[in-house]
Amino acid sequence: MFGPIIAKPGSSRKNKTGSWRIESKPKFLQSNCIACKLCILICPEGCIEGSQKNTFHCDFDYCKGCGNCASICPKQDIVMVKQE
Amino acid sequence: MKEFLEGSQAIAKVVSLCRPGVISAYPITPQTHIVEGLAQLVADGKLDSQFINVESEHSAASLVLGGSATGVRVYTATSAQGLFLMAEVLFNIAGMRLPVVLTCANRAMSAPISIWNDQQDSVSLRDSGLIQFYAENNQEAVDLHLIAYRLAEDKDVMLPAMVCIDGYILTHGIETVDMPTQEEVDKFLPRYQPPYNLDVDHPLTLGFLADPDYYMETRFAIQETYKEIVKFMPQLFEQFSSAFGRSYNFVEKYHLEDADKVIVAMGSVCGTIKDVVDELRKKGKRVGLLKIMVLRPFPNQQICNALKGISRIAVLDRALSLGSIAPLASEIKASFFGKKKAPKIISSFIAGLGGRDITKDSIKEIFRQLNQKEITGNFIDLKPELLQAPLETTLGNRSF
Amino acid sequence: MSELQVKSLFASGHTACAGCGQSIAARLVINAAGSNTIIANNTGCLEVFTTKYPESAWRVPWVHSLFENAAAVASGIEAALIFQGKKDKISVIAQAGDGGTADIGMQALSGIWERKHDVLAICYDNEAYENTGIQRSGLTPYGASTTTSPSGAQSFGNPKLKKPMPEIANAHGIAYVATASVGFPQDLQRKVKKALSIKGPKYLQIHVPCPLGWGYPSSLTYQIAKLAVGTGLYPLIEYENGMLIGVRKISSKSVEEYLKPQRRFRHIINNPDELAKIQEIANNNIKKYNLVAEGN
Repeated sequence: MFGPIIAKPGSSRKNKTGSWRIESKPKFLQSNCIACKLCILICPEGCIEGSQKNTFHCDFDYCKGCGNCASICPKQDIVMVKQE
Repeated sequence: MKEFLEGSQAIAKVVSLCRPGVISAYPITPQTHIVEGLAQLVADGKLDSQFINVESEHSAASLVLGGSATGVRVYTATSAQGLFLMAEVLFNIAGMRLPVVLTCANRAMSAPISIWNDQQDSVSLRDSGLIQFYAENNQEAVDLHLIAYRLAEDKDVMLPAMVCIDGYILTHGIETVDMPTQEEVDKFLPRYQPPYNLDVDHPLTLGFLADPDYYMETRFAIQETYKEIVKFMPQLFEQFSSAFGRSYNFVEKYHLEDADKVIVAMGSVCGTIKDVVDELRKKGKRVGLLKIMVLRPFPNQQICNALKGISRIAVLDRALSLGSIAPLASEIKASFFGKKKAPKIISSFIAGLGGRDITKDSIKEIFRQLNQKEITGNFIDLKPELLQAPLETTLGNRSF
Repeated sequence: MSELQVKSLFASGHTACAGCGQSIAARLVINAAGSNTIIANNTGCLEVFTTKYPESAWRVPWVHSLFENAAAVASGIEAALIFQGKKDKISVIAQAGDGGTADIGMQALSGIWERKHDVLAICYDNEAYENTGIQRSGLTPYGASTTTSPSGAQSFGNPKLKKPMPEIANAHGIAYVATASVGFPQDLQRKVKKALSIKGPKYLQIHVPCPLGWGYPSSLTYQIAKLAVGTGLYPLIEYENGMLIGVRKISSKSVEEYLKPQRRFRHIINNPDELAKIQEIANNNIKKYNLVAEGN
């Protein structure tokens, strides 16, 4: 008998941390984006995706609304808006 | 093949026959000869293994944890303070269900510092999750390592196992040992096939955080595994016997048939007790010995069956639980609680701490004291004169 | 699951605080290292927020044992891989927080450096024992108020300087030593890749701001990380075989700009003497590593 001794890889995705957002959430304006991907690099949740210019968006199932994507965006193409 | 070997060399040799892929240890007396022997075998190209000298026992245990988690058979050895520096890691290895095998060359715990033998070190780790074997002589020391690996690595067990060898008495004692051949060992102990390990093709997360919703089941599972071990170990002993011709069990019964006074003990002292039993039997005394070979899982049932109907039992602990009844005595008493055929007397004796010899006379004294009155925790061969000096005398002029 | 999520070796859904610098760094590290990597992780925030059973954020083989032994465990993994003949294909990382690295894990870390194991040791430096409630560590900077080095009538916070870990690592004669920051994510990933391309022991210390422990809004993690570097308080340096091969040049901002948004330095801001002491630490770094770009 073993009980819980092993956890499955990547299974944290079951945990939808998007419910943690309280104040604000990012809005990807998709107008001045240069596809530098810095937002992808800085996102603590790894929940931003996109490859071509003006295609970047985030998965609100996981976004905790920290705002670092807006902070790093060199084109101010991500803004934090009030969480509905 | 019969070989005349120092105990440590014999252990080094049998461990090398088990082909551990990773070996790590830190020097501590009286364990050192074992790993020195293994280091030489690696240096001579006779053993293919990663032998790694580390900066502490904590790291030795951690290193073999890492090796075992990666799916390789591993080995380490230590004594006393070293075992306690490993203790944090050993609980962890048990909780992570990794089949690490180690040897404890039993030695007294500090303070005062003593490099000599008793069993306070390993006995104190009885709650750690380690399977614990105790050897009476070097042949048993050799054989128990083979059994330890087989048991630890069984897919239904996956727990660390420790073979306890009385420091100096066995580690430095030279005896004739029937050393198995590599072919025999390979047959009895095939290559380790881990049921789970750190593998980039099948990534797993080991050693996670368990909150109150999950932790208790991990401990319960180990406890259940121990119950299963008790059930299938006779089969393993049987397999060992047919492979190597030597038979073992949880306990060894020595002249118990008609005995009315029996000593229960673990380790090398059992050899001395056997001699005394032989001597006293010649004089018509109905005395015997019950040797405990496996402390974890604790073989309650086997002990109760073996001692059933015997009126007086002396439990000899070469360890103690400061502030309470000695550990082995306590567990044996608990095993009999509520049983109809319990011995009338289960007396507890403590002897041989810090390397004080347990002589034949010490054993005879225990048999002598095993009379109508139950005794709890009598120290044998104590020097009362050493206890007379008041602290004021020791401290000299310092006033209180 | 999108392509990105399949590729990332560090899955979403972990339970780090919003804006956690360590979670940014951990993801950058493992995605730079690649899937042929085995991680041994010390106890700490990272272990707790990524592996709360039954969930795990890791998509590589990952093991946590204790607070102080990830380096020793990693050296056992490396030894086992050598025995299995797999070492050439697989990287081994031992990662820990600053306490797990510079304090309780120091002995095991020194051991693997001395023994020259092919392991990359990573220190996620959030400058305190954040997981247990923001206690002072050997890498807490001068002046920072923590729960065990609080500021008060008789105290200006932590009275000690950061333990010079890169120098200690270099003193072991190891192959690669560098510092990085989540304020410079591409530089961080380049250093991980470079470290793993070199055989032998490597040490990478990553500055990972902690919104909760340092007392700033979670949106400022990136900016604060950049300011630590930009003021000279957290120089980004890179050594190969003990030789300084690179530093990130800065324009030398005043330390006040870095300290001001952080609650842990609140008691310093209006104290010119203490502020000057911290500016001196930055100035010394600037001088020592020649951090200021010419023309500034």
